[in-house]
Amino acid sequence: MSATTWAWLVLLLPLLGSILIGLSFKLVPARVAGIVGTASIGLAFACGVAMLVNLLGQDPDARHHASSLWDYASVAGLDIKLGIYVDQLSTFMVLVVTGVSTLIHLYSFGYMRSDEGYHRFFSYLNFFVFSMLLLVLAGNFVLLIVGWAFVGFASYALISFWYRRTTATKAGMKAFVINVVGDIGLVLAAFLIFRELGTFDYGAVFAKAPHVFSTNEWTVTAICLLLLVGAFAKSAQLPLHTWLPDAMEGPTPVSSLIHAATMVTAGVYLIARTHVLFVLAPTAADVAAFVGLATLLVAGTIAIAQTDLKRVIAYSTMSQIGYMVMGVSIGAYAQGLFHLMTHAFFKALLFMAAGSIISAMANRQDIDRMSGFWKAMRLTSILFLVGSLALAAFPLTSGFFSKDSILAFAEARGGMYFWMAIGGYVGAFLTAIYTFRLVFRVLPGDPCPEAQHLIESGELYHGPPINPATEEEEDVEVGFPGAHHHIAEQSKPMAVAMAVLGFGALFAGLIQVPGVSDVLFKFLDPAFANSPLSEVHPSVGAEWRGLVIGGLISVLGIGVAWLLWVARPEWPALFRERLRPVYLLCLNKWYFDEAIDLLVVRPALAIGRFANRTFERVVVDGLVIGAEDVVGSGGRLVRLAQSGYVRAYALLLVVGFAGLALYFLLSSS
Amino acid sequence: MNVEWYVVLSSLLFAIGATGILIRRSPIVILLCLELMLNAGNLALVAFSRMVGNQQGQVFAIVVMVVAACEVVIGLGLIVALFKRRLPLDVDALKELRG
Repeated sequence: MSATTWAWLVLLLPLLGSILIGLSFKLVPARVAGIVGTASIGLAFACGVAMLVNLLGQDPDARHHASSLWDYASVAGLDIKLGIYVDQLSTFMVLVVTGVSTLIHLYSFGYMRSDEGYHRFFSYLNFFVFSMLLLVLAGNFVLLIVGWAFVGFASYALISFWYRRTTATKAGMKAFVINVVGDIGLVLAAFLIFRELGTFDYGAVFAKAPHVFSTNEWTVTAICLLLLVGAFAKSAQLPLHTWLPDAMEGPTPVSSLIHAATMVTAGVYLIARTHVLFVLAPTAADVAAFVGLATLLVAGTIAIAQTDLKRVIAYSTMSQIGYMVMGVSIGAYAQGLFHLMTHAFFKALLFMAAGSIISAMANRQDIDRMSGFWKAMRLTSILFLVGSLALAAFPLTSGFFSKDSILAFAEARGGMYFWMAIGGYVGAFLTAIYTFRLVFRVLPGDPCPEAQHLIESGELYHGPPINPATEEEEDVEVGFPGAHHHIAEQSKPMAVAMAVLGFGALFAGLIQVPGVSDVLFKFLDPAFANSPLSEVHPSVGAEWRGLVIGGLISVLGIGVAWLLWVARPEWPALFRERLRPVYLLCLNKWYFDEAIDLLVVRPALAIGRFANRTFERVVVDGLVIGAEDVVGSGGRLVRLAQSGYVRAYALLLVVGFAGLALYFLLSSS
Repeated sequence: MNVEWYVVLSSLLFAIGATGILIRRSPIVILLCLELMLNAGNLALVAFSRMVGNQQGQVFAIVVMVVAACEVVIGLGLIVALFKRRLPLDVDALKELRG
């Protein structure tokens, strides 16, 4: 079978899984739904591997294929096919998405076992994977937008999965609205592309673009900036990032899959996919790189001050995606995608471990309450540590190689990009600090009561079910989290999924070690050969220099975290007091929510109120009420004739007909 | 005989019927007066039909009879219903249609 046939199978399997599980609700036991859901994604991963094997059998420069099933829309000069585009980039994304998804499905199989909405969860999750695969396999901008909107919906549905929790439904709406802002940018970009190039098809667009656009022409810059609006909203970059921390209201596997490993990297994929346009619009690419840099720094500072376990990891996700966006924008395409892959591994792992800890805490997420989990949950703790080491780019872990490959490229490009690399190292320092702040506060020390309970009885602590955001007590029926979730120590599927990811988080970087192995870049580079920036290559020496610097910074950051939260635990409070304005700024997330409220939400409400007061009340109501008055007064006049005396009506009738007869008699004579 | 006599008689009957409707209050009498007016019309139709010399007027007279029969059914039905509900059999007392 050809690569495209395998790709169609990759798309078909999760869709089938979603439909089957959705329709067989109540017909099959929950276990079956979980097995079907996991198996469909696992098979999709197998098909993805087959696709890769097929591509590897071909000449590196001929590894791109388009295929279409039927016309999606064919009107008035528009010819859109239901087509996919298989090349190194989409194959890579398919493998990352299906691979990580399989493990997260496996994890959910154990984690969500006590939840009332088990079928619904797996149906949504499979639908999400289908949408994400549609997004990365789409062969034209229209299907890309379809997949883009589908993942937005899946994200909304899964954030609001516990739909009787008000905080969750609000977070879902927020995510959806902000993502729609991004969708509008993407749709407008597609319109502009069609106006200028007359086609939506990837192949044709990228072939024509260099001949139609001159460098930095305003149209191509506008297209790229609009694409960036879409990418920023989906990938939670400044200033459209505020939905991501709130999205942590969803179940932890969702945070792991959608809001860490796959969907939020769609923006990175989009920039890499349209790199031909970004090469023609260097200004837009620089904007993207600066936003990525700003995001990674801002998110890093916020993460240091937050106390919600999942939110800290969410901010670290934002920050790591900042690296990727910066990477693919400055031309480090393969490097950015490399970081995307390793990040998917260690961040998914970190969320899984966090989910396990939160289960043991009876759904509480506040790190101030946690301590001593090293003694209570050894497996989870080890894997949490592994994920943290990779996130902090500890030497020889996967994050170490991938993050520094981006920064080494920036350094090699020189000029202002050199300073971006410096900013990236500052971000790496922050990353190490906030990551090990989590580790040092959660793992060591005397066990907290929940952990103590687990050690003594070997069973999970069962507090009253509460909403971690509002501390309100809640129900455990459908629409709420079940009575309890599960921990990796007591659930085989969870332990297996986490162990595999832990292996990936530790060793996935070894496929791409400067001067030693070059598996990934050799595979990906032909897809970006048409970019002039593919000429830039940091020397092996420079890369190793970057790696040493990165490793030192990581170790230094971990040391600082150790100093602050283990050796001198009284210091953080001291800092909070001395640097109160800075602390408040970080604690309140740089006031982005407030700023958006002030700049967008309030003006919109004010305009609405103004329109209500003037236009609605005066013009619309004037017309409507005026018409009503005319009809009403006419009716009052006619009512006078309706006396209710039948004989009076009869008299009127007789007189009227007599008058009429008289008139005709007179007029005819 | 001349057609005028018939038309005069018809007009007279019609006027009597109309007057009855206007001055009487019993629904039964009003129904009778209505019949009277319809049959005044029938008489005129038949008379003119004879005058013209074809049968169209007579056919119309039969149609009017059918309509009259239907009307009587409904009218008497209404009166029976009024009686069953013990409402006054007086059209002036029934003025719920007042606007």
